[in-house]
Amino acid sequence: MRMRRLKAIAVKEFVQIWRDPRSLMIALLMPFTQMFLLGYGVTLDLKHIPVCTFDREASQNSQALLKHFQASQYFAIVRNVVTYPALVDAIDRADCKIAIVIPPDFSERLNDSGSAPVQAILDATDDNSANIAFGYALSVVSGYSGEVVLDALSRQGRELQQILPMTVQSRVWFNEDLESRNFIIPGVVAVIMALVGAQLTSLTISREWERGTMELLISTPVKPSELMIGKLLPYLAIGWIDAAFCLILAALWFQVPFRGTIFTLFITTTLFLIVVLGIGYLLSVLIRSQIGASQIALLVTMLPATLLSGYVFPIDQMPKVVQDITYLVYARYYVTIVKAIFLKGSDIPALATPILFLLVYAVAVMVLAARSFHKRLD
Amino acid sequence: MFSRTSQIVIKEFIQLWRDKWGRFRLIVPPIVQLLLFGYAATFEVYHVSTAVLDLDHTQESRELVARFTSSNRLDIVQRAQTQDEIDGTIDRSDAAVGLVIHAGFANLLRKGQEAPLQVLVDGTNSNTALIALGYINTIAAQFSQDYVTDLAERTQGIQGMEQAQVQVALEQRPWFNPDFNGQWFFVPGVIATITLVMVVNLTAFAVVREREVGTLEQIMVSPIRPSEFILGKTVPFFVVGLGLAALVTIVGIVWFQIPFVGNPLVFIFGTMLYLLSLLALGLLISTVCSTQQQAFATNFFVLNPLFILSGFSFPISSMPDVLQWLTYVNPLRYYLIVIRGTFLKGIGVAILWPDLLAMAVIAGVLLTVSILRFRKSLE
Repeated sequence: MRMRRLKAIAVKEFVQIWRDPRSLMIALLMPFTQMFLLGYGVTLDLKHIPVCTFDREASQNSQALLKHFQASQYFAIVRNVVTYPALVDAIDRADCKIAIVIPPDFSERLNDSGSAPVQAILDATDDNSANIAFGYALSVVSGYSGEVVLDALSRQGRELQQILPMTVQSRVWFNEDLESRNFIIPGVVAVIMALVGAQLTSLTISREWERGTMELLISTPVKPSELMIGKLLPYLAIGWIDAAFCLILAALWFQVPFRGTIFTLFITTTLFLIVVLGIGYLLSVLIRSQIGASQIALLVTMLPATLLSGYVFPIDQMPKVVQDITYLVYARYYVTIVKAIFLKGSDIPALATPILFLLVYAVAVMVLAARSFHKRLD
Repeated sequence: MFSRTSQIVIKEFIQLWRDKWGRFRLIVPPIVQLLLFGYAATFEVYHVSTAVLDLDHTQESRELVARFTSSNRLDIVQRAQTQDEIDGTIDRSDAAVGLVIHAGFANLLRKGQEAPLQVLVDGTNSNTALIALGYINTIAAQFSQDYVTDLAERTQGIQGMEQAQVQVALEQRPWFNPDFNGQWFFVPGVIATITLVMVVNLTAFAVVREREVGTLEQIMVSPIRPSEFILGKTVPFFVVGLGLAALVTIVGIVWFQIPFVGNPLVFIFGTMLYLLSLLALGLLISTVCSTQQQAFATNFFVLNPLFILSGFSFPISSMPDVLQWLTYVNPLRYYLIVIRGTFLKGIGVAILWPDLLAMAVIAGVLLTVSILRFRKSLE
């Protein structure tokens, strides 16, 4: 390997990047737009769930129950319907996610038998939201129940004497307030970096083929490994800048607690960048048309990085086969690493496993890419 | 006009279908992705890895541990002997939850004082942590309730307990997805997203490739008009997109057993409008970019937000207002309503017309802009 040739390739690639300012701009703007869109868009918190009420009794009691829904920050009453078809319509139109139906004999049953049923009709197309909404509704209703009990007792001149025999004292580690933002943002950083990396290098060789400049390159004495490293270096620099933007935004704008060291972050980020840039380069060596390379690059990065990296969808809940496949998704390791550095303050020894995986990945990709590139025109 | 357009159409088809790898890339990855993501995308939390530390060693504490062990929501992965051990387990993420029963637990219970159960939770994934805490609270509450009932029965009979019973019972009636099956929600979403990625990317390269390779100049000297050229570019990708959508939909229905209760015609019509809006978006990218690298970068720039800000998995109603407004120009947002509405809810045009209309408008506007842009770039 000759430094001079390597440098020549790196300079050439850098000039080429510089002469396409639009692509460069997109690459440098990526962190900002994506951080803001994803950082605020990816949320699992449910607030103001639209509720529709169907009060078939319209008594003081039933209204008191509905007042509890009105007062809850989790719910927003969007409609009060008076017929069943209107309720069906509201759910069909997705105007409300949940409908509370109070039976016509609500007060009667409450007074007679001491228990009355209330129905919660859920739009369960989104099963997770529906489940969470039902949980909230349950707590609103039990709040009302408690009030009814207290009321009854005080009318009898008694006081509620009941201590719970056992209490749950929970202590949450690493993300004390259970802010979903704190666990989502580090994941978002990892996903964006996976996308940026693939976007930068996936076309770099296929472009030379398509434009016919590959013949020129082949006629030079440059070796495959020199070409690879020379081509990757300028993109590594862009990757560093992008990563720095993302991480600064995460820590300063989104206020995710940063408990690790910059050093650990720098080492792991560089390793991850080598992997993603290397994968892009490999794709571009293997697929000579730009459209083909782009298709595969999009398919192997965007959705897998989002769905299989564990950044919101927990890997340990997936079927075993899919869990095994996630080991191939390199974004998975970086998601683990960034989360751990930010929230747990982990150092390199603590992150040995994901770092080792990334290292193996990096070496494998580099060797494969250097081997698959032949200086031949066929 | 027709013959000129059809020439372009034929040329595009040949280009798409010519080589073996091209065909492979068109068909195999989408199916693999659907199968993979249909299983991966789930928020369900069934197996919370749990470590237990019982320092009390009494009948009561063992009874409590047994409750947690027998729950199918929690997987007991470790029975720790010391506090350090359990702390380490959570530190290394070997367990997401640690349950600690301190010495004296049973004593406090028997004396009628509050007996604490200490729960350590790894909050790195706050969603999972919240759900896990919910399970633990439910099990603990049940234990408390049973303990009180038990005690009351032994001491004063059942009488004393009547008043404390819950008064209002909330019954759940989940519609459209009675078992809360996550796949029913996600698989239609994955179908829509795979179509998005494939179709936009293919069309984004349609014009820009001709420009970069230099064949656009040949087309410019031919008598073809810009609108004819764009139409000729649209038709093949529309057909391919339709085939692709049909393929993933059939695999989704057959493999994942997702029910389809709606009107197939409404679904097909909605899919066509969706494809048109995606084609229009792709063509617009293709006409504003001058190199394929730019088109590719723009794809990443645009597709990921479209995917995230669509309601695919993150509820739009929880997003900040500005982002909610942005979702109105996102065709995926409307198509998700159509595809889930026809698959699961069985709703028709009477309810879906605003979403269908929105996609038609997006397609119309983008297509017009790209024809204008293209005409301008030719001058």
